[in-house]
Amino acid sequence: MTASLALQQLLNGVQFGMTLFLMAAGLTLIFGIMNLINLAHGSLYMIGAYVAAASFNEWRSVPAALALAIAAAVAVGAAIEIGIFRALYDGDHLDQVLATFGLILFFNEAVRMIWGATALYAQVPAFLSGQISLFGAPYPLYRLVVTGVGLLVAALLYVLIGRTRLGALIRAGASNRMMVGALGVNIALLYTLVFCLGAGLAALAGAMAGPIFTVESGMGDDFLILAFVVIVIGGIGSVRGSFVAALLIGITDTMGRAYLRPLLALIVNRNAADAAGPAIASLLIYAMMAFVLFFRPAGLFPPRTR
Amino acid sequence: MTVLRRAAVPATLLALALVPLAGQEFALDLFTRIMIFGLAALSLDFILGYGGMVSFGHAAYLGIGSYAVGISVALGLTDGFAHLALAAGGSGLAALVIGFVALRTRGTTFIMLTLAFAQMIYFLCESLNQFGGDNGLNIPTHSDFGRWLPLDDPRVLYYVTFAALAVFLLLGRRVVRSRFGLVIRAAKSNERRMAALGFPVFHYQLAAFVIAGTVCGVAGMLLANQTEFLAPAIMHWTRSGEIMMMVILGGRGTLVGPVVGAAIYLLLEQVLSGWTEHWQAVLGPILVAVVLLSRPRTRRALAQRLRRRRIAPAHA
Repeated sequence: MTASLALQQLLNGVQFGMTLFLMAAGLTLIFGIMNLINLAHGSLYMIGAYVAAASFNEWRSVPAALALAIAAAVAVGAAIEIGIFRALYDGDHLDQVLATFGLILFFNEAVRMIWGATALYAQVPAFLSGQISLFGAPYPLYRLVVTGVGLLVAALLYVLIGRTRLGALIRAGASNRMMVGALGVNIALLYTLVFCLGAGLAALAGAMAGPIFTVESGMGDDFLILAFVVIVIGGIGSVRGSFVAALLIGITDTMGRAYLRPLLALIVNRNAADAAGPAIASLLIYAMMAFVLFFRPAGLFPPRTR
Repeated sequence: MTVLRRAAVPATLLALALVPLAGQEFALDLFTRIMIFGLAALSLDFILGYGGMVSFGHAAYLGIGSYAVGISVALGLTDGFAHLALAAGGSGLAALVIGFVALRTRGTTFIMLTLAFAQMIYFLCESLNQFGGDNGLNIPTHSDFGRWLPLDDPRVLYYVTFAALAVFLLLGRRVVRSRFGLVIRAAKSNERRMAALGFPVFHYQLAAFVIAGTVCGVAGMLLANQTEFLAPAIMHWTRSGEIMMMVILGGRGTLVGPVVGAAIYLLLEQVLSGWTEHWQAVLGPILVAVVLLSRPRTRRALAQRLRRRRIAPAHA
């Protein structure tokens, strides 16, 4: 029983990690290539979740909900990239933090104006709502599907970045932006494309996370910080690094919340473990990030820059 | 510009000194809050504006200052001087640890590390269930500074906050003009040269970082006395963003600017929220516009476009 429970927690951790990866992959590309701290990435995730939940409640169609969610986030992403961020690429990080912070305020309020202040109901589609048996223990099918989609996207990204012309430009951009521009590549277009790719991935993450977490205003704010932890640990600009770090963070966080308290109870007395367990579990990943950054300031898999 | 600059500090202090004469409880409350956040923003400006250290976790010290008061009161310790010592000491110690780790890095990594530490402190406080946990905790009594300073009188709290702000404003000006401040500013513009000249830059920066954290902790102590409430929300990362916003709005590297920035931000919040329930949808774009307009290149492009439009009808 405990072994299957542990497996369940491990799978939850992997699923959480995959959701984080979808969010972090775009963020790390935007950060690595455009050198832009985009705090509004969490808003794109939120927009994806809202549009997916609302359109699924309306039309009951998974492809339509996903397509609309991604289209909405890509449209919004393209609009803010062209309208605002283009003016900020050569600026310092502070301006970017402030402008994107303003965008967060705006989008959090905008979804409240459109869909109301209460959380939006998001349900798992009927054909994904069952449980399947994994080594004799029941496990929700939906979470497995989310994990599968995450892995599939990771594979697609691997091919896109490693095997295509666009991918070569993206990699080149992460290594040396100036040189790519000097070689005659349309940097403005490349930036917009990368930003839209990131927006789409964030929306996909949001759409799938809707039924697992709560769809509410500000849902992207804390998730964004987790995604930042992921990309900083993984090495800014490295999708591969984000993948590894997202799994690391997802599993560490989930397992920490599940097992730290009982583990501590073995060492110290029960009351102390009850008090300290959840506290340590919630700051475990931040401690991990501080630890990694202290010894490897560029993260685990920094892209080679010259 | 120089006149404005020279008059800024006396004018700000004079204006703030006169607020209680309006006699409205509401104004008193609002401006106490403005001064508290002004103090927090001022402390951030000291390291951000002068030292180039973009700390994205400054609300953590505000939180530590508040929790020092809240936890002390909950445990039966009401002495104001003890609160002050705990708030300043606790936040200073936290800044020492955070700075010791974070100041070994630069740029983005520094921003992210300060954020990570602030998040740790946030979650640590959120997990303190005996002190309100996520929901927060009422603080039934104020910091007790004896019979002559009853902080439960809003007017007294106002002037105490005013005095703290004035002291740190004037002290801050002296510090940034001192040799110490000069080293901090020089390290911002060329760190390598300062190191080559033999200055232990890390030690100077760490000292500045601890000073900023300590001052912000004092602001947190005042905040707890004003809100009479303790909640981890005051150190949510968005709060750090707000404090940073105040610094930018008022002008970084000026000390008095961030106080004005705090006033602008909080007054804007007040006015907009009275006007519409969805005030954040208005405030957000205003902040974006401020950032964009503060960039010379965007201003030039905008002016050009306007000029073209003005010329256009003549051609038609």
